[in-house]
Amino acid sequence: MNVHEYQAKEILETHGVNVPRGEVASTPDEAERVARQLDCPTYVVKAQIHAGGRGKGGGVKLATSAEMVREHAEAILGMQLVTHQTGPGGKRVRKCLVAEAQEIVRELYLSIVLDRASSRLVMMGSEEGGVDIEAVAATSPEKILNEVIDSSVGFQAFQARKLAYGLNIPENLISKATDMMSGLYNTFVDCDCLLAEINPLAITKTDNGPDLLAVDAKLNFDDNALWRHKDIEAMRDPHEENPRELEAKKSGLSYISLDGNIGCMVNGAGLAMATMDLIKLHGGEPANFLDVGGGVTTEGVEHAFRLILADEKVKAVLVNIFGGIVKCDTIANGIIEAIKQVDLKVPLVVRLEGTNVELAKGLFANSGLNLITADGLTESAQKAVAAAQGR
Amino acid sequence: MSILVNKETRVVVQGITGRSGRFNAQQSVAYGTKIVAGTSPGKGGGEVDGIPIYNTVAEAVRMTGADASTIYVPAPFAPDAIMEAADAGIGLVVCITEGVSVLDMVKVKRYLDGKPTRLIGPNCPGVITPDECKIGVLPGSVFQPGKIGIVSRSGTLTYEAAYQLTKLGLGQSSCVGIGGDPVIGTSFVDVLALFEEDSDTEAVVMIGEIGGTAEETAAEFVKNNMSKPVVGFIAGQTAPPGKRMGHAGAIIAGGHGTAGEKINALTAAGIVVAESPATIGETLLNTLRNP
Repeated sequence: MNVHEYQAKEILETHGVNVPRGEVASTPDEAERVARQLDCPTYVVKAQIHAGGRGKGGGVKLATSAEMVREHAEAILGMQLVTHQTGPGGKRVRKCLVAEAQEIVRELYLSIVLDRASSRLVMMGSEEGGVDIEAVAATSPEKILNEVIDSSVGFQAFQARKLAYGLNIPENLISKATDMMSGLYNTFVDCDCLLAEINPLAITKTDNGPDLLAVDAKLNFDDNALWRHKDIEAMRDPHEENPRELEAKKSGLSYISLDGNIGCMVNGAGLAMATMDLIKLHGGEPANFLDVGGGVTTEGVEHAFRLILADEKVKAVLVNIFGGIVKCDTIANGIIEAIKQVDLKVPLVVRLEGTNVELAKGLFANSGLNLITADGLTESAQKAVAAAQGR
Repeated sequence: MSILVNKETRVVVQGITGRSGRFNAQQSVAYGTKIVAGTSPGKGGGEVDGIPIYNTVAEAVRMTGADASTIYVPAPFAPDAIMEAADAGIGLVVCITEGVSVLDMVKVKRYLDGKPTRLIGPNCPGVITPDECKIGVLPGSVFQPGKIGIVSRSGTLTYEAAYQLTKLGLGQSSCVGIGGDPVIGTSFVDVLALFEEDSDTEAVVMIGEIGGTAEETAAEFVKNNMSKPVVGFIAGQTAPPGKRMGHAGAIIAGGHGTAGEKINALTAAGIVVAESPATIGETLLNTLRNP
């Protein structure tokens, strides 16, 4: 689960990470009021959407007065912001962050991720901040410093010092830097993050000398740990999620919307991915990924089927079930029930294999449903692709 | 021979009084697996379907000589269950539970460091040595004894591959579902090494998917350390970046972990990769005929 920049900064600040003063606003009035409270020489107004590259798309603007903040907020709020991460349709901006703008001297990078190969957390730092870290990793990996964290003792002070000195942070900011690194680590473990990233971590110039601030930040949380973080779950912004994906999640289904026109219903994540691949291999495009899971009931199947048909792009449906623990007759009953309630206007191709397959075939034969049966994976994909193309 | 489990394996089911634990224990017993005990704190002294229940794994081991465990407890309790089994001296722990958090697994892995316990999973379908022992939720009917090893991150693709092999008359020595999470107990490399040493295994099917670099590491291992033929399949060629495809570990992050990268790594290591999930069995058969 992702949150907005302003939410990430609030969480980080409570864990001791230094962030610029600022507040979120939903209307131009609010934005102006926040600016008057901040009362500083320069402001930044930042669109809050779950995507990077907001500045290039016109979602980040500087202002030198509260009136100017208001004008920018009027332009940004309600805009359809397009960045390299949003897709061509862009995302509607509903909130903006109004913060004190910083005079940035240097931009650093700091993050914590899971290193899957070693099953340990690693804190990464780089002097190449403010840019896409993946690009740095690809072209000059030596510019990224890594500190692997031993979970039995957690992130240690010496590791923070190694990173801080390694990043050439000025002596008078070292202790601030190590505190912020500890804060980032504490955020990660206290909140069950999968990614905690400060980019840029900025060395700034102020009237009181240099300072260190998290000018932008991103947190991604482990969905499998949200049961112990109701406060974080409450930060979920439904506008940022696909409505069908949200609906699916509520009924325990794993569904991801895609661009094609062949709806898929499969059991098991691996087989669901392989089914998408198979459709593509035979010249079609999948409309979705859908894993009904191992313990699915007739109601669950019915729900999944309706979810697929709710997508207007869908021109054919392919059901691919390898019955193991999921029994084929459960799937058949679910489909038959769903079709009773929704008007099936597109061809339905069914491939069933495994537990109780004969029982399922009998149920379909007696249902009077007009469906296309297929033997084996290849035939099912070929028939689905042909059906979607109206052949 | 076989790997990990055989007809001597004595299994304790952790969470045997839950719906899933009980059902799959029955299925395993029907398959011929020696399920010797179950655990369920507070229900010790009772029994379920003729299987004695103990309050702790330590007690189950002491009373029944269990040497393997399978875990069906809900995700918040699974890390504790894994550590309890390791503490009791269980050699093989198979965690079926899906949805265990990453940070919990990072801690569990650290706890298992230096202990003799092997963890399979979590979020896995289990392990089977056909006609001898079935631990987990795998459907026994699609497997047949033979000489092919299967190792996979996906449950249903394991069944699919075994089904194709069985139809071609190619039985299996053992099949291992290592699980679809980003932090798992046993890797491809661990299982490939076991298959390489196993005199009953002649060839291996390895089924990977998007996310992480486990397949690339495995490809390197196959190139340098394996004499037996390995055939591969990678799921998720059409998966969009940044989306978790059902499995918590199946995600293309920062442009890495794509199916294309993995297929290239496997091919470069001399592994024949099936183009379609429908031709995994066929690809292996061709490889055996034309080595």
